[in-house]
Amino acid sequence: MNRRENLKLLFTGSLASGILFTGCGPETAETVEIPHTPKIGEFGSYGRTPQEIIHNENLKSSTFFTEDERKKLDILVDMIIPADDTSGSATGAGVPDFIEFMVKDIPSYQTPLRGGLLWLDHKSDEMFGNIFLEISEDQRIQIIDLIAYPDTAKPENQSGVKFFNNLRNLTATGFFTSEEGFKDLGYVGNRPNAWDGVPEEVLAKHGLENDPKYKDVYLDISKRGTIAQWDDNGNLIG
Amino acid sequence: MASKILAEAGLKVAVVEAGADYDPALEDHRTQLRPPWESPRRGAGTVRPFGDFDAAIGGWDIEGEPYTRAEGSEFDWFRSRMLGGRTNHWGRISLRFGPLDFKRKDFDGLGENWPISYEDMAPYYDKVDQLIGVFGSKEGINNEPDGHFLPPPKPRLHELFIKKGADKVNIPVIPSRLSILTRPVNNDRGTCFFCNQCNRGCQIYADFSAGTCLVKPAMKKGQVDLFTMSMVRKVMTNDQGEATGVTYISKLDMQEYKLSARVVVLGASACESARIMLNSKSANHPDGLGNSSGHVGHYLHDSTGADRMGILPDMMDRERYNEDGVGGMHVYTPWWLNEKNLDFARGYHIEYWGGMGMPSYGFGGGMDTMRQHVKDEFGNPGVNGGYGEGLKKDIRRFYGSTVGMSGRGESIPRYENYCEIDDQVVDKYGIPVLKFHYTWSDQELNQAKHMHETFEEILTSMGAVMLGNKPGADKQYGLHKPGRIIHEVGTTRMGNDPKTSVLNKYSQAHECKNLFVVDGGAFVSQADKNPTWTILANSWRTSEYIIDQLNKKNI
Repeated sequence: MNRRENLKLLFTGSLASGILFTGCGPETAETVEIPHTPKIGEFGSYGRTPQEIIHNENLKSSTFFTEDERKKLDILVDMIIPADDTSGSATGAGVPDFIEFMVKDIPSYQTPLRGGLLWLDHKSDEMFGNIFLEISEDQRIQIIDLIAYPDTAKPENQSGVKFFNNLRNLTATGFFTSEEGFKDLGYVGNRPNAWDGVPEEVLAKHGLENDPKYKDVYLDISKRGTIAQWDDNGNLIG
Repeated sequence: MASKILAEAGLKVAVVEAGADYDPALEDHRTQLRPPWESPRRGAGTVRPFGDFDAAIGGWDIEGEPYTRAEGSEFDWFRSRMLGGRTNHWGRISLRFGPLDFKRKDFDGLGENWPISYEDMAPYYDKVDQLIGVFGSKEGINNEPDGHFLPPPKPRLHELFIKKGADKVNIPVIPSRLSILTRPVNNDRGTCFFCNQCNRGCQIYADFSAGTCLVKPAMKKGQVDLFTMSMVRKVMTNDQGEATGVTYISKLDMQEYKLSARVVVLGASACESARIMLNSKSANHPDGLGNSSGHVGHYLHDSTGADRMGILPDMMDRERYNEDGVGGMHVYTPWWLNEKNLDFARGYHIEYWGGMGMPSYGFGGGMDTMRQHVKDEFGNPGVNGGYGEGLKKDIRRFYGSTVGMSGRGESIPRYENYCEIDDQVVDKYGIPVLKFHYTWSDQELNQAKHMHETFEEILTSMGAVMLGNKPGADKQYGLHKPGRIIHEVGTTRMGNDPKTSVLNKYSQAHECKNLFVVDGGAFVSQADKNPTWTILANSWRTSEYIIDQLNKKNI
């Protein structure tokens, strides 16, 4: 069996019994029974204890944001993470639901976010004579520009800056920890694989190399199924 | 380890566990290979301190199980209430103590020597290596003994940058030594499939935890009974002062039970074992079991720790590929300045992190201060904050460009740092709790200062933009609070003199011949190495001694 086939087995998990055959000749044949084929994701209680399940359900059973606050939140998170050529928007990725959960999970978020959402109405009324939900998209951008750039924002808008920093953090985290966010980032991990070092072309691009001194020391991934044995001096033999 | 060795010798063993049974292979317990969106908090550490998917069930604060601190003292005590305890989520860094680490007093005059030497422990390290498995490279460094290593994985991209930068300033960077199976050691455990999630517990047992690799296999032979949700109150003794068993409270029915035994082996963690001994007062042991020296609880010491991070512009806007690797660093820096004259006595090693890890709660944050470092295609710096497509793009470009390093060092064990029973406070089982007395000395502060100087040296050498500022004296040079590194040891230290130690060199209580302690309590000094491998080796050594003494009818 060659390395590619070996990898294919790992990736597809096609052997339901989880048995991994390795070794290319009869002299090195070893059979390793892996107790379980790795399971990936999803569903179930993601390993919660009974107390944790109750705690999570309790948090989910109440609602913090009012309907109007939710409408404002929907607008704001999509201003922060809009859909683009690469991926969808924050609302599409369920970010407002995530924020709704987080403010109950970390209650210290509640007052700053609620206060900040109200501050937007105050500013909106001051500038345009109407609440945030009723002004135009262009007018909203004018307000957000006052609070989106911490290094240059005016002192009188500092509380708005703080609010928007919080919201930017929550929105970015909510989006990039969603399935859509993984797609956006091109994150391809969290699955069984066989690490064999940085790809050659990436090494070349950065002018780096694996230390030749360790050439014969590093893991030879074709031997991942062969039980290790040592001589008396701790040298790996076979 | 003791349960396995003793059971294999044919002894009946009762394992008493304060938490629930735990097996990461069970679907109900599994957190491994789950994406962040399975957690409504996306992996945030609100419930479990190291994140929602971390294996540790417990934490710094456990409801109904308080502890107290003396005025002016800082100490945080982490407990995992589950089979396998803290070995379920630990960093798997498996370093042997070196010859020098057992005899530090001979070298710098501080603290105390161990009553045993590296030569006494080496055969057990060899056995632990082969039973459990640890990858690494033979380096021939005097105080970093080589072992029976599995092959180490190749470095990740940021680790190659670190190596290149560290080379320029003559700081060694070598393959790390982690108890993760890059190749199998037996037919019962699988081989690492590189998901980077050892801290979540491995469903195919490709990393070491005491539950999956020792207790469960020991139980298969039918010699081991596991008592879960059982909180030990005290060790019972007879008129001769010998241990006769333990009493425990079942968390399920809140009733107290007695368990009789010929030999009692404590492995509850350094502080919990000390607590049990101190709470085990009797006519023969008025100050607590085996405590006429007054030393139980004393010489408590944790590793030092300080961290720094930076951004590597060379890694901005990177090619994507699966870089998860094993559940920890692929390279590390062993202590390299033993012979140098420094303003602190003991050393530290450096652990590294960074790269394209799986996004979790907190990811994408901090753009209000860090976006300035994200340069566009034309090399123009970004503007902090912002929103919209530009922000989204910059987070994408920024992904995988951060690197960090953590120094983990040796503190000096001192009599003044200790835990004792707080007779004013009990836990919800009615057991008196621990009160901690702990302060850092200049030794640890100066070491942390040196760590930060080293971090800046390496980060600068590799061309990184450093984040944050180097912490000064006002911030204790960024030194973490005692207890935070979760390497606390020393509370029942071994020694040849019963007046200044609790255990003899076989981890047998000086004053109670059938009581043994097999956790970090026996440590005389902790080295800059993580304690697990030495706990395992010492526990094996102690277990063989128990078998020998039983055979000779000495106990």
